[in-house]
Amino acid sequence: MLHTFAIYVDNKPGVLNRVASLFRRRAFNIESLTVGHTETRGVSRMTVVVDTDEYGARRLEAHLYKLVPCRRVDDITTSPSIARDLALIKVAATGDARTHVMQLVDVYRARIVDVSPESLVIETTGTEDKIDSLVEVLRPYGVVEMVRTGRVAMKRGLAPVRRNGAKPAGGPSGDAAPEISGDVSNCSV
Amino acid sequence: MKLTGAQILWEALVREGVTDVFGYPGGAILPAYDAMLGYPIRHVLVRHEQGATHMADGYARASGKVGVAIATSGPGATNMVTGIATAMMDSSPIVCITGQVGSKLIGSDAFQETDITGITLPITKHNYLVTTADDVAPAVREAFAVARSGRPGPVLVDITKDAQQASCEVDWQAAEPHLSETFDDALPGDGDVADAIELINAAERPLILAGHGVMLSGAEQQIVQLAERGGIPIAVTLLGIGGVAASHPLNLGMMGMHGEAWVNHAIQEADLLIALGMRFDDRVTGNLKTYARTAKKIHVDIDRAELNKNVRVDVAIAKDLRTAVTEWLPLVGAVDRSAWHARIAELKGDSAVRDIQNLPDDGHLYAAHVINDLWRLTHGDAIVVTDVGQHQMWEAQYYKHDRSRSLITSGGLGTMGFALPAAIGAKIACPDAEVWVVCGDGGFQMTCPELATAVQENLDLNIAIINNGYLGMVRQWQEFFYEKRYAATPISGPNFAKLAEAFGVAATTVTRRSEVAGAVEAARHHSRAALIDFQVEQEDSVYPMVPAGADLHKMIRRPSPSPIVETAAD
Repeated sequence: MLHTFAIYVDNKPGVLNRVASLFRRRAFNIESLTVGHTETRGVSRMTVVVDTDEYGARRLEAHLYKLVPCRRVDDITTSPSIARDLALIKVAATGDARTHVMQLVDVYRARIVDVSPESLVIETTGTEDKIDSLVEVLRPYGVVEMVRTGRVAMKRGLAPVRRNGAKPAGGPSGDAAPEISGDVSNCSV
Repeated sequence: MKLTGAQILWEALVREGVTDVFGYPGGAILPAYDAMLGYPIRHVLVRHEQGATHMADGYARASGKVGVAIATSGPGATNMVTGIATAMMDSSPIVCITGQVGSKLIGSDAFQETDITGITLPITKHNYLVTTADDVAPAVREAFAVARSGRPGPVLVDITKDAQQASCEVDWQAAEPHLSETFDDALPGDGDVADAIELINAAERPLILAGHGVMLSGAEQQIVQLAERGGIPIAVTLLGIGGVAASHPLNLGMMGMHGEAWVNHAIQEADLLIALGMRFDDRVTGNLKTYARTAKKIHVDIDRAELNKNVRVDVAIAKDLRTAVTEWLPLVGAVDRSAWHARIAELKGDSAVRDIQNLPDDGHLYAAHVINDLWRLTHGDAIVVTDVGQHQMWEAQYYKHDRSRSLITSGGLGTMGFALPAAIGAKIACPDAEVWVVCGDGGFQMTCPELATAVQENLDLNIAIINNGYLGMVRQWQEFFYEKRYAATPISGPNFAKLAEAFGVAATTVTRRSEVAGAVEAARHHSRAALIDFQVEQEDSVYPMVPAGADLHKMIRRPSPSPIVETAAD
């Protein structure tokens, strides 16, 4: 199954290489990887999605902790969490097609961020499923270019993320009692 | 007071307790070499940088201290790669210092520039590229902390030439290592003491599997106490040899591909395996599907990533071995396991005679003769450093190591050419110990220029070449699995005695068993380096053997009638 890891690393040269090299040499395939700053200066956060089983996930976590610049690894796969992908999709739509596309963009709560005589650029944020679905419905109109960030993810609520690997023999890694919080992404705030 | 980066390097090494380094100078490391003369450090000039890393490795394994190797950029650094990988696989703490081209030249394909931190990324615990003098002290100090901590291993520090030349003030307090708290730290909620004790006290046929970790954590006494308290027999891995005295009645001997047959059978019949500081390597388990199917398993290793890696276990404990076993000791019950001991004695009675026993002189010189005689003549007290191949397995079978850290060998990586340089490192770490190199004629030819190093350093080192004119272990595989098609395994060599003499090493050639004792005694009493070329039976094989990937209990046994007449009599 797909496992989502949030990995906190020192923001130093070559750290991405160390993490990526670890996945490669231990024969894990990265489905997606994003890196960015965190709320703490000098610490970067990677969201890495890997297809592996529970044993693989625990081993990967243990290997990551052996990297000197790695500070914390959270497997948030089974925790209530928000996962988002951002996509920019360029569609070659003119005339009536353009109107249809704009209606679809509305339905998907996406945005048009660039308009040219020959094309539109649509920005959308959501789960991979939602974006996949939008891409599929746009495809007949001519998707000429697309870029996606890959998944970024965060646990819901304030419950501290437990360091996983508590039971090396396996078992789900979610928190026992997540704080109450809910999906408000569709609320018009 | 301002110091140059080069001075800071040596000052940091001295502060880490370093007294000996193994190295080879060159352009990008010249400032460091120039500064070295001002510090109380013995520098051993090697003949190849690979030798420097193996020496640092042998030094570390013999003494438990961190070994240090130093080389220049480019080829100097890349020559270290094999030695670094060897140390990584066998958890040996070494720090490698390399020079690098000036920081302004990095990335320009300058003369002798190579991306050594990139190259060694997967074969070091960690590495550092240092481009300013300010960063030298923190990097070196952290390198030692990383090399020593948790599961030990190699660390490389690559220092640019300008960082060595520039000067700065050093704040040694501020240069303290600041490792993240999670690094090499056991995670909470590990399988606990109670789980392990419940399994141990309930087991009828338990077996301790003792690995290199026993020595790395200094748990030699605790393991024996555990075994004695519970009447639990012990099997050892190749790198675990010496951690438990071979003469201890509960020590059954080596497991695995060329382990004792009764040990492998005992593993397959056990109802509990207590794996301590070992990692279920494929050379130890054979076919994982049929490995110890009747046994519950407890695994203690300081490296969490080893737990549940090859073998799924019932209780996994990521902890320092000595700490873990010490916690168990008061709780281990005295259980009557005489039926299990009787069963093992039965297994032993059958195979001991057939496979591994003392061998009478039938006119031929067998490697087993040589090793067995060497063991008797050195009273089992020597540090033996072996290379890789048949002689390595014969040494493990026929030399009975009673002392911890008395066998030094390349296990995980299987690095030919390891023995001679590693022995030089061991001898420098333990100058009062009797050190023997046991090496094949193939492996010896890989690193024999280090004879010059041994001579230049006036080392009293003894070298036994087990010379069968073949790359013997590969030949054995060809005999067993490739219909005796000996592709590229017959190997010629120089007259090793004359070669040694040319280096200034006393040497002799032995072709008969009756000559073994005299030659060994002569070498032992010679106060400088001495070499013996033992020209042994050419097509002998190591038995028993579990073919790669086969079931552990399905061993190839010595065929009968055997070329070696085996008897049970001593």
